[in-house]
Amino acid sequence: MKILVAYKRVVDYNVRIQVKPDGSGVVTDGVKLSANPFDEIALEEALRLRDKGIATEVVVATIAPTDAQAHLRNGLAMGANRAIHVVCDQPIQPLTAARTLLKLVEKEQPDLVILGKQAIDDDANQTGQMLATLWSRPQATFASRIEIADGKATVTREVDAGLETLEVDLPAVVTTDLRLNEPRFIKLPDIMKAKSKPMESIPFADLGVESADTLRTTHYEAPTRRGKGVMVKDAAELVAALKAKGLL
Amino acid sequence: MSKVLVIAEHLDGTLNASATAKTVAAAQALSPESIDVAVFAADPAGAATEAATIAGVSKVLAVANPVNAQALAQVLGPQIAKLAAGYSHVFAPSTTFGKDLLPVVAALLGVNQISDLMTVESSHVFKRPIYAGNAIVTVEAPSDQPVIATVRTASWQEAARGGSATVETTSIDARLPTHTRFIGLAAGSTDRPDLQSAKRVVSGGRGVGSEENFKIVFDFADKLGAAVGASRAAVDAGYVPNELQVGQTGKIIAPELYVAIGISGAIQHLTGIKDAGTIVAINKDADAPIFEIADVGLVGDLFKVLPELEAAIG
Ligand SMILES: Cc1cc2nc3c(=O)[nH]c(=O)nc-3n(C[C@H](O)[C@H](O)[C@H](O)COP(=O)(O)OP(=O)(O)OC[C@H]3O[C@@H](n4cnc5c(N)ncnc54)[C@H](O)[C@@H]3O)c2cc1C
Ligand SMILES: Nc1ncnc2c1ncn2[C@@H]1O[C@H](COP(=O)(O)O)[C@@H](O)[C@H]1O
Repeated sequence: MKILVAYKRVVDYNVRIQVKPDGSGVVTDGVKLSANPFDEIALEEALRLRDKGIATEVVVATIAPTDAQAHLRNGLAMGANRAIHVVCDQPIQPLTAARTLLKLVEKEQPDLVILGKQAIDDDANQTGQMLATLWSRPQATFASRIEIADGKATVTREVDAGLETLEVDLPAVVTTDLRLNEPRFIKLPDIMKAKSKPMESIPFADLGVESADTLRTTHYEAPTRRGKGVMVKDAAELVAALKAKGLL
Repeated sequence: MSKVLVIAEHLDGTLNASATAKTVAAAQALSPESIDVAVFAADPAGAATEAATIAGVSKVLAVANPVNAQALAQVLGPQIAKLAAGYSHVFAPSTTFGKDLLPVVAALLGVNQISDLMTVESSHVFKRPIYAGNAIVTVEAPSDQPVIATVRTASWQEAARGGSATVETTSIDARLPTHTRFIGLAAGSTDRPDLQSAKRVVSGGRGVGSEENFKIVFDFADKLGAAVGASRAAVDAGYVPNELQVGQTGKIIAPELYVAIGISGAIQHLTGIKDAGTIVAINKDADAPIFEIADVGLVGDLFKVLPELEAAIG
């Protein structure tokens, strides 16, 4: 079976993002970019399914500007068989991303598509659900365990109430939560090997996707800061401080 | 004028009253013509009756169908998309229920969703967080399309009770898929206050050290009548189950009192608590970032401090 992994490049999760003083955006110049952590987990899961002999091919796909080739090389170095780069110089909104991924799904006919549950830049948490909808296939979001057998996936999902298990017919869309796995580290020889793996570049315009970027962002601001607190020296002082605030 | 459809969340027919009332509060901020609440269930009667008491609700639509027994997004989505026809806005809480479901509705209607709506500026202009809450954006949705939004419950106070909306039973004719089957739900213990609506929350982090040691956190929470939460590191290490995780990818909460014990204060954790009334931090490392946002900080060993605190509270 073939697995398609959505592999987005985002500002690294360790970067504390700054809002531009004029409110026109966030500072991204010179900021470290990395694979979205949830997408790394998605790729790791696909690779493990291939290691187990369940999957035969793992394809990573990104929709990103021209300079995202190094990002896809990382995905190949982690172990993906090939990469698809949809070259798109503007950031796109989730519905457009889902429509674009649907084009790749139609082209590649995967049995399973794994995405991150959310991209940690827009924190939208939409694309996987939208792709499943447009594709008219099942979705299992926020996965912490995936088992594949007999043309079905049994997926454990992290929901507010606990752990929910769904069984879905393949092909299906799964989105990852953090506890699904711990992604492997890329080793130097793998980086060398990745150089010769196939990477296909498709201009966004060639896919014939109708753009659906319906939302307009008009202003960016920093969150309100909490006031500076007090330090207390022991338990008695802490209790007194809470009593003073009427909390005890 | 806006007409809002709120999708109620429930578990086995019991309304998630807090999340639903907070979502109604966000709808009220639109000063709409009407707010209708829809309950999709096998037997929606109980949840619908309760939803009808939320102030500001005009009508509760009870959609009874055996396939609605569990909240399967691809089954509920087409029904909601049909029901949405008469509405300008469709809101659901930004819980795992709403996050899973509403993008399905948005995709069927051909629009993007506003995720984690924090404030309403006008009927089509909203604020929401991005980058783990490190930036807040103002977004404008087109006025000629329905607005589909999940509501960041921590940003809203529950709408009052005492309303008496009418309950209307309806059925929706939509083609529903059979490709998804509910197998089961392993729910955590429910004898404690609910993390998302509790007024007080005590959370433990990696510093607590083990599942056994977490007893000290639970005991302290009991003393305060508090719900228990945890950092991702504590959940990953298996000290507590996943549904206790607080933060960017766990639960976003806004209790009156939050006590962080042995938690360093990573941005992803802080995202989950920055609307808390008072944040107390207990950590043995004076340089832990949690102290930068704590209202009251105490540097010390949690194993020494917690018993002292319990004694001092009496
Ligand atoms: C995409 C992404 C999403 C994430 N989402 C979340 C999320 O939703 N929620 C979340 O919490 N994290 C999240 N994280 C993880 C986050 O970055 C941190 O790794 C995590 O919050 C750390 O947990 P911690 O503070 O318990 O552990 P640590 O950072 O290891 O801190 C432990 C603290 O305990 C203190 N300590 C140790 N022993 C004692 C003692 N005896 N007495 C007192 N203090 C003691 C130490 O001084 C230290 O400060 C996410 C990360 C990523 C990449
Ligand atoms: N531009 C993109 N390129 C590749 N994958 C994407 C892109 N946008 C979204 N995705 C996938 O969709 C997931 C959810 O994104 P979002 O809905 O934006 O939070 C991400 O974790 C990715 O797996």
